[in-house]
Amino acid sequence: MPDMPTVLQQARRSLAIVRKDIRIYYAKGPVIIFGVLFPVFLFLSFTIGRHLSVDFMIPGLLGMILFFTATSVSPIVIPWEAQARTLERLMSCPVKIETIIVGDILASFAFGLAISLVPILIGLFLGITILSPLFFALAVILAALCFASLGTVFSIPPTNMPSTVNMIAAVVKFPVVFISGIFVPLDELPAWGQAIAYISPLTYFTDIARYSIQGRGHLPVALDLLVLLAFTAVFLVVATKLHHKTMPRRI
Amino acid sequence: MSNDVAIQVVSLTKCFGDLLAVDHVSFIVSKGEFFGFLGPNGAGKTTTVRMLTGVIRPDAGTASILEYEAGSLRAKQLTGVVPEMANAYGDLSGWHNIMLMAELYGIPASVARERGTGLMQETGLYTRKDSLVRTYSKGMKQRLILCLALISDPQVLFLDEPTSGLDVQSARLIKDMLQGLNAKGKTIFLTTHDMEEANQLCDRVAIINEGRLVAIDAPEKLRMAVSGMYSVEVSFDNVVNPELLAAIPGVNTVKKLGDKWRLYTVSPGELVVSLTNFSSSNGLRMVSLNTLAPSLEDAFVALTEKEVKDA
Ligand SMILES: Nc1ncnc2c1ncn2[C@@H]1O[C@H](COP(=O)(O)OP(=O)(O)OP(=O)(O)O)[C@@H](O)[C@H]1O
Ligand SMILES: [Mg+2]
Repeated sequence: MPDMPTVLQQARRSLAIVRKDIRIYYAKGPVIIFGVLFPVFLFLSFTIGRHLSVDFMIPGLLGMILFFTATSVSPIVIPWEAQARTLERLMSCPVKIETIIVGDILASFAFGLAISLVPILIGLFLGITILSPLFFALAVILAALCFASLGTVFSIPPTNMPSTVNMIAAVVKFPVVFISGIFVPLDELPAWGQAIAYISPLTYFTDIARYSIQGRGHLPVALDLLVLLAFTAVFLVVATKLHHKTMPRRI
Repeated sequence: MSNDVAIQVVSLTKCFGDLLAVDHVSFIVSKGEFFGFLGPNGAGKTTTVRMLTGVIRPDAGTASILEYEAGSLRAKQLTGVVPEMANAYGDLSGWHNIMLMAELYGIPASVARERGTGLMQETGLYTRKDSLVRTYSKGMKQRLILCLALISDPQVLFLDEPTSGLDVQSARLIKDMLQGLNAKGKTIFLTTHDMEEANQLCDRVAIINEGRLVAIDAPEKLRMAVSGMYSVEVSFDNVVNPELLAAIPGVNTVKKLGDKWRLYTVSPGELVVSLTNFSSSNGLRMVSLNTLAPSLEDAFVALTEKEVKDA
């Protein structure tokens, strides 16, 4: 087990990775604009023409935006750096592979949080009220972390082609959006639909968001948070452990 | 382990599938030594450097840097690296690249700023410090990569072909900096294809071929170890038939090098006398005459060729 000073030292170095990621990958006009517009259009294309209330739409839109933005760039950072030949120098620095992965996750987390302000502000402008701000804030933070971690799980296979990783990510991401109670509330799904919904972490976030805005959810909020926490832990452990194995094979 | 050892490598081995890229390589580099690592393309130099700098893990054997296991955080903390073909971040400025590296090594910000400024001035990059690295020329990028390796003031420096593809000025600047660092007591591990560079800079060189270490010694001793490779370089004021040159007693091989001829021999002294007779009897005048001892390049070729034949 690493001692405390080492953990703190590595945590500080993770933050340097976060700043690097934000400068290079996130603080770019197109990345930000696409981050907001893509989920908005996808969402509108499935909700337009249906007579849905703002209270119903905003939690779904927020869930989608958070999910897509927090998983948008994090999967391709490592393959991209291997291809651009910056990864080798990173790996020869006194940082653990875990430190690099956690840095990439935190950058993605920050990006997800920042962009999620857009649908929240739109919602507030359209007159929604957040009935339980504490649970809501907790859920947004936890979900951003969860999805950011999932993003780095996608990049575990040691391919240095960002496009391959993007494909792997898309194959998972799109179905997840459709099974997570975003377009159809969980209560209205048949039993088998609900069973499928429970394998998606996005389901639990959407449920808390609905609880916080519409006043009632499908599952108890504490359970939602707990499951979200469990997903986050699993993704984090899987990502750090497996990247440890695959990263040297990228060089 | 005696404590003047900087790098200790014991039976280090790495396979890629069936290919033994590095085959039970062992050597020791002392503190303060300027150590050259030579070998033909694909010999296993870069693979060795990557194992020593903790980028890939060896399949067998051990290596340590200043008594810490190679690849450990402590070993990396004391090491600076110029990897082969590595890039700085093109979308960051040179300055931000240096500051990022300083943060990853845990260098306090004020120290990093001072050192970073000094290094960029020394390498002539300071006026371009805020430009994106994307806009740097190849030589500027390579000088920046050296700055990145030096920002932590490392005790041990690994450089994998740092001067390849650079113009004379950039290459000389880097070589001068390396000599300065070595004079200050830093241990330097240099991989290069430039025999002259190795000859000028290194206290000792190791030669690796097909994953195996074939020689390790001072450049001067390696040169002397290859016999029969003396040569005389001569140029005449007129055209000469190479067959006539080859017929001079004592000449083993004749090579044309631009406007000069290089004649290989075992006894260069006698050949010089024969050449004087040759030119006067053929009505030629010698424009220049030089006797050459075997070069490190000759030694390198002899050692790496022999291995190929034996294999
Ligand atoms: N990641 C890898 N996967 C498979 N084979 C590899 C890998 N890296 C190196 N090799 C092989 O290992 C051998 C040694 O390669 P290495 O890069 O160490 O050579 P080198 O001495 O640095 O050559 P050069 O002078 O061309 O840089 C080569 O045959 C190379 O093809
Ligand atoms: Mg190489």
